[in-house]
Amino acid sequence: MVNEKSSAQLFPFSRERGSMKKMLSGGVTRRKRANLAMGLSIALALGFVSVSPASANSVGAVCAKAGQKAKVGKVNVICKQAGSRLIWTDTKVRTVEVAANAIAGGKNAQTASWITNFVIPKFTLASALKGIQVKVNFTPKGIDDNAFKTQLALDLSAKRGADIINLDGFWIAEFADANYIKPLDQVFGKKKVNAWDGWSQMPKSIQGVMTYDGKLYGTPSGTDGRIIYFNKALFAQAGLPANWQPKSWAEILTAAQTLQSKLGADVVPFQLNAGTGMGEATAMQGFLNFLAGAGSLIYDPKTKKWLGNTKAVRDTLSFYNDVYNTRKVGNSEWQLLTGEAGRNASFEAFSKGKLAMLIEGDFLWRGPLNPATGNFKMADRDTNVGFARIPAQNPKSGVNQQNFVSYSGGGGYVVNPGTSQKATTWELLKFMNSEEAILAFMSIGNTVRITQRADVNAVTLPNDPCLKFVFERAIPVTFFRPPSADYNAVSTLLQRATAEIVQGKSVAQAAADYETALKALVGADKVISN
Amino acid sequence: MAIKTETASRTDKSGNAVLRGRAASFFLSPATIIIVLFLVLPAFWTIYLGVTNYRLTGFAAVSPEFVGLENFRRAFNDPAFFNSLKVTFIFTLGSAIFGQAVLGFLLAWVLFGLSKRVRNSVEVIVIAAWMVPSSVVSFLWIAFLNGDSGTLNSILGSNVRWLIDYPLESIIVFNIWRGTAFSMLLFAAAVASIPKSHLEVARIAGATRGQQLRTIVLPAIRPYILTDILLITLWTFNDFGPYLITAGGPGQETELLAIFIYNNALRFLEFGYASSIAAIMLGINLILSLIVISSGRKRSK
Repeated sequence: MVNEKSSAQLFPFSRERGSMKKMLSGGVTRRKRANLAMGLSIALALGFVSVSPASANSVGAVCAKAGQKAKVGKVNVICKQAGSRLIWTDTKVRTVEVAANAIAGGKNAQTASWITNFVIPKFTLASALKGIQVKVNFTPKGIDDNAFKTQLALDLSAKRGADIINLDGFWIAEFADANYIKPLDQVFGKKKVNAWDGWSQMPKSIQGVMTYDGKLYGTPSGTDGRIIYFNKALFAQAGLPANWQPKSWAEILTAAQTLQSKLGADVVPFQLNAGTGMGEATAMQGFLNFLAGAGSLIYDPKTKKWLGNTKAVRDTLSFYNDVYNTRKVGNSEWQLLTGEAGRNASFEAFSKGKLAMLIEGDFLWRGPLNPATGNFKMADRDTNVGFARIPAQNPKSGVNQQNFVSYSGGGGYVVNPGTSQKATTWELLKFMNSEEAILAFMSIGNTVRITQRADVNAVTLPNDPCLKFVFERAIPVTFFRPPSADYNAVSTLLQRATAEIVQGKSVAQAAADYETALKALVGADKVISN
Repeated sequence: MAIKTETASRTDKSGNAVLRGRAASFFLSPATIIIVLFLVLPAFWTIYLGVTNYRLTGFAAVSPEFVGLENFRRAFNDPAFFNSLKVTFIFTLGSAIFGQAVLGFLLAWVLFGLSKRVRNSVEVIVIAAWMVPSSVVSFLWIAFLNGDSGTLNSILGSNVRWLIDYPLESIIVFNIWRGTAFSMLLFAAAVASIPKSHLEVARIAGATRGQQLRTIVLPAIRPYILTDILLITLWTFNDFGPYLITAGGPGQETELLAIFIYNNALRFLEFGYASSIAAIMLGINLILSLIVISSGRKRSK
């Protein structure tokens, strides 16, 4: 266990960080991103050495003979190789673990590769140059998000688990309510947290992803937005424009039917996520957007009431009914498959030109379709994919009388409050949020995203058509999921309701079943119905 | 039971030596401790959780509240619970009683008349289905029933989405395939225990195989049939195996009671509600077990 006092001695370089920072941000405007990340990391490593206030036998000072042992105060040190230097190194090895649902060659491959090939070696070296032996463990996982969440909850409830945990922002509420995670202030101390200069680059709106009840529980890794993706080549074949933008739900259905009649059974016209296998993607990529387009949000934070069997819910379910039953412009099977097989099938079909349009977050563009690193590489992604905003049911019928809607989420990294390595964990968390680390993340994926840092966004977003579209067109009309621990269970009920529609139940029946289950879940007095 | 202080061995009415008092408690204690620790306590813990609103996440994870019979009231108003009861009932009836028991008996009866070599090889095949680990088996069945390029569709030249259009039927057939070995072995032993002379006499008297079955074999093995049906009913009722194939879906069409509990506990993290369903399931199991035990007693009389 490292206590706070000794950790201050172990990281005596906070003064130098400011100047490092200037070097970093100055470089971005002049050089190319990829080269920059690498060049800077070398500069960073050297920088730490050249500016370290080295005196003989202080931890982190340069030493002469490998294997020599000494004592600095009460700390046992040994002369050890770090990069190209010999450094007086604390003999104690500090082990921290990072948990993320990411695996090379599979789910969130970019994150996995970033942690394994950048974060761990770079952080280990940077620490070694400061005379601290750090071992960062990361066990790759590629499982369903729900299973990952259960695993984390079980770990944390048993006071175990990784030190730094990748968590979806909408899980924060229920994990915080259960005391599984604590605000950063509480874990590390307010003074220490506020001292980090990274916050000045992190817009409050994006910090909101990891904020619950006004308290920041972790560092966000940016945000995202939902849009309609469409295949321009297929649209051209069906005589639809390359700058297609529906203004109502009816226009989506019309386009889908045109595609169906012109392209035949070989191409699925439209993918609207439904069912329980899709999990949260059903709510986030589908239901909630259309509900907002029908003028309602699922939860009213003021009255703390949930939306039951109301007109907006029925209208939204009717849209599902149109897609899967009345007009049959979707693929019912994908919605009914187990686990994430259906969602993956829709990605695959879109990447191969067998699906004309689907609603997804910018994750689809950055991740699965990525021509370099995606699971479902789409070689002509940059030229052949068009974007449109999700329209309200009719113009001005959306929440706040909006014409278009979107939903945003995002995740980030939280800290296990039971961590036995607070100092190292905080250093690692800061490192993962450094400009250098974010640029490295994006260069691994050969793609950009809306990151947590304004300095990075300003440089990178204008070059990516999809991210630019999401940032400029979707984020301004976006909504966030309710910060309530009950949300996940309600989301499951929405998933079931849409599954019932796909399986042929009537809208009235599915809406009634939904309300019955909702009342059982949150209590009849907390349900709005009409 | 009156415990006497004497520790010496005694004999019961039929003359067998029995232990009394401290000696008996001493020998029973390891088993008793294990049963209490791993069976009785968890059962009571389940019932306790069932009357709380305990969840794995959220406020209720920190301070679960006592909610009395609220969870049970919710269960009896939850269409999903009744759906799951119905699915479990059909699954048990179809795969255990009509499937495993009938098929197991037919196999045992047919094999009884065949040469030892044929009998042994068929038995090995059937038992193999019983012995392969569930995860492997489920993977094979998913591949077998796959809608796009499954083995079954290739054989039939069809294009049926078995696991989506016939999910319950699929897992019933799967479970019959999986569990028939037990019934077959039990019935094979039962049929073999019938004195050869009885069947011999019947054959000389001109009875057909059907008549032999009706008049000699079935009456002779009736107690075994009862045992078999009750045991496999109990197992099938509690079965979780199909989760590996359908995960309870599509929708909730194959959500057996065990899967329903699992989903509520480990997917929706509602431990309180899941525990109340588990307690109900425990009650049903208790009734089934009582039937097994009492029928066993009757037979031994």
